[in-house]
Amino acid sequence: MRGGRAPYGTTGALGRRQALRLAGAGLVAATLPARAGRACAQDAQPRRGGHLNFAGLAASTADTLDPARFALATDYIRGHMFYDGLVMLDADMMPRPALAERIESDDLQTWHITLRRGVTFHDGAALDAADVVYSLARHKDPAVGSQQRVIAQEMADIKAVGPLEVRVTLHGPNADFPSMLGIVSFSIVRDGTTDFSRTNGTGPFICTEFTPGVRTSGRRNPNFWRGPAPWLDSVDMIGISDDMSRHNALLSNDVDIIASVNPRLVRLLRARGFGVMESPVGTYTDLAIRLDEGPGRSQDFVTGMKYLFNREQVRDSVFLGFARLGNDQPIPPEHRYFAADLPQRSFDPDRARFYLQRSGMMEAGVPLVCSPAALASVDIAVVLQYAAQQVGMSLPIRRMPADGYWTEYWMKTPMGFGNTNPRPSLDMTFALNFASGAPWNESHWRDPRFDQLLLAARSQRDEGARRQIYHDMQVMIHDGAGICLPAFTTSLDAFNPRVRGLAPSQAGQLMGYDFLSHVWLADAPGGAA
Amino acid sequence: MNARLATLVLRRIGAALCSLLFVVVAIFVLTAALPGDVADMLLGQNATPDATQALRHALHLDQPLWLRFVHWCGGMLQGNAGNSLLTGRPVSEMLAPRLYNSLLLAGATTLVAVPLALVLGLACATWRHTVFDRVMTVLTLGIVSVPAFLIATVSVFVFAVQFRVVPALSDIRSIHSVGQFFLTFAMPVATLASITMAQMIRMIRACMIDVFSAPYMEMAVIKGVPPIRIMLHHALPNAIGPVANAIALSLSSLLGGVVVIETIFNYPGLAQLMVDSVMSRDVPIIQACTLLFCMTYLFLTTLADIVALASVPKGRGA
Repeated sequence: MRGGRAPYGTTGALGRRQALRLAGAGLVAATLPARAGRACAQDAQPRRGGHLNFAGLAASTADTLDPARFALATDYIRGHMFYDGLVMLDADMMPRPALAERIESDDLQTWHITLRRGVTFHDGAALDAADVVYSLARHKDPAVGSQQRVIAQEMADIKAVGPLEVRVTLHGPNADFPSMLGIVSFSIVRDGTTDFSRTNGTGPFICTEFTPGVRTSGRRNPNFWRGPAPWLDSVDMIGISDDMSRHNALLSNDVDIIASVNPRLVRLLRARGFGVMESPVGTYTDLAIRLDEGPGRSQDFVTGMKYLFNREQVRDSVFLGFARLGNDQPIPPEHRYFAADLPQRSFDPDRARFYLQRSGMMEAGVPLVCSPAALASVDIAVVLQYAAQQVGMSLPIRRMPADGYWTEYWMKTPMGFGNTNPRPSLDMTFALNFASGAPWNESHWRDPRFDQLLLAARSQRDEGARRQIYHDMQVMIHDGAGICLPAFTTSLDAFNPRVRGLAPSQAGQLMGYDFLSHVWLADAPGGAA
Repeated sequence: MNARLATLVLRRIGAALCSLLFVVVAIFVLTAALPGDVADMLLGQNATPDATQALRHALHLDQPLWLRFVHWCGGMLQGNAGNSLLTGRPVSEMLAPRLYNSLLLAGATTLVAVPLALVLGLACATWRHTVFDRVMTVLTLGIVSVPAFLIATVSVFVFAVQFRVVPALSDIRSIHSVGQFFLTFAMPVATLASITMAQMIRMIRACMIDVFSAPYMEMAVIKGVPPIRIMLHHALPNAIGPVANAIALSLSSLLGGVVVIETIFNYPGLAQLMVDSVMSRDVPIIQACTLLFCMTYLFLTTLADIVALASVPKGRGA
């Protein structure tokens, strides 16, 4: 351990309480990754061996092995298959050390990353600081086309300061920097890699086939640093975008796990003996009303629209109950920083009518822009349109094609739906989606006090104080921003009963996309490990 | 083959090449008119204006449309279809395995569908207005009117999920024996064949009935020629032209028009590649696929025309 720096924690399994205290200032390696232990604890002793077929929701020529270009859940799963990040997020979205043994900082602005010793890439080369510098810095190059370029630009300087030590200097203090490294896109590739038609990572599987739009296959990496995982000998991953075909493939035993189960088929699958896992991920579909143009300039209109949302109906009839109620702020109820005392806004046609009449927009006929691109937004729009009829307002629905929705319509119309995936930390959610200059500030909401609180939280080491700040920020979004957030979706994924070791995670679909390194087969030939 | 026929054939091929050129230009213009480009699609929801602009520059998408078209044409003339904007791999490398898969499926379907359709079509025409003909008419019209995805989904549900006799997905990697080949291709070929056959049977029946109503057929019957001889020697040769056209039209959609089947059976063919590429605005792939589909279509229809021309005694110069 370095002298004089971050005297937090010792090695040993991190309890949750201890980890919470550490979150602000640094991470220390645990001998046993907490999630792996927990996931397998539900079942008997894991068995080694066997082959697993997985069918995700999408496969196209846009499939990639380049972490910078990961965009879809299937990409994230592929990323976890072949690569590792410096940090991984556990089932409670807490950052845990992965390829980094320690991430420490005195001032929360300059971060020292000490890499795990003895980790090797699939080609046998040892992981060193140059790989990490290359993997992180390439996101800043516009020609790479990184999905995370905006986030990566927070890193002002990335430098190797030893064979296994990297120093990252940020533009300003940010206590949540370790969480940021938990994004799958920041997975570590070999220094100088430009050809991503094959992989050379450190992850649990070694790529044996990758054909974009068709298939990704891997075999067990015998030198995986997080051994004895993975349990499976080999894995095949395909994408079946057609809903019925995906379910049929599971029912006919052609595949063992499918992602994105249709809520209407959950009962049928369970009746036939298949398992359906419900993961409380923080993905939400929201209506964003632009505050800088159109009817949203009237605060009354925005308030009226928020009261017009029948959230219970959205949860029960659109998501068939597989969702949690939203409260017009982006933090889901199971998150450790969730503002539980914030009163739940509910459907109130009388108040809605009052505010909408006062805004003078009852007859304006502002269209609701929705699209299959934003999950369930078309159905939510219909629920909202019905509620509007009840208060005497006409609300035309404009359904746009999924193709090109994000570039052509999202955030460009006065009132339209968006869909946002959870980010690893609250800081990122607020900074990217709600701060005044945020690139994806859907409602174009500006509040200088919110921006100040964001900066204050970043340099705040005290857990209690941070909690209070984040609480206040949720209240501000709930009251001020132009987003109406009816529900958080639950990820539904189904599996053959012979698949064991799955556990729900807040970090995303299928154990934060990392299920392949955890699951094992009850009928595996290898016997108990 | 005489000079007259050769001129006709050459003129027909010339017309086909003109259509090809027109289609290619049209596709280039149409893809440019689609909202967004590959840079927008790559960055998706995470796009910011400066990032998109920078990526566009890196991919040379900021060049004017005509310049990109000229570059592409130049490459094509040297036999180089360029690189995919999305993956950076050569277009030919991405196309080849998909083309192989598509040809395999189309070939298997043709082998099943054409002989069956011919036999059934002729049978319907011979025994027209009998119970057999009526049943076939109801069946074929029924199949033509049901969308392909429904036939495919229902048959998967029945044969793969309920009875477990065939796999729900057509994974051609799992083929190691003739038996496995039949199992893997059974469902998609059956679905595709039933749809194409239905169309072919209807058209062949109509052509044949048309021929049967001609005065010389009546003459043959009165003369006492046995029915099978009437069919094969008198009727069929005169119906080859329209029948060949009917078959060509039905088959021409097998390469590019089977997106639904490829999606449902998760079969990686050309149609799926084309759809992916349109979604991601990967213009070089869209161009190459269009070119292929167009060529197939023109090849089949031209072939049918040539067969028709050659089958007419006047054309043969006999």
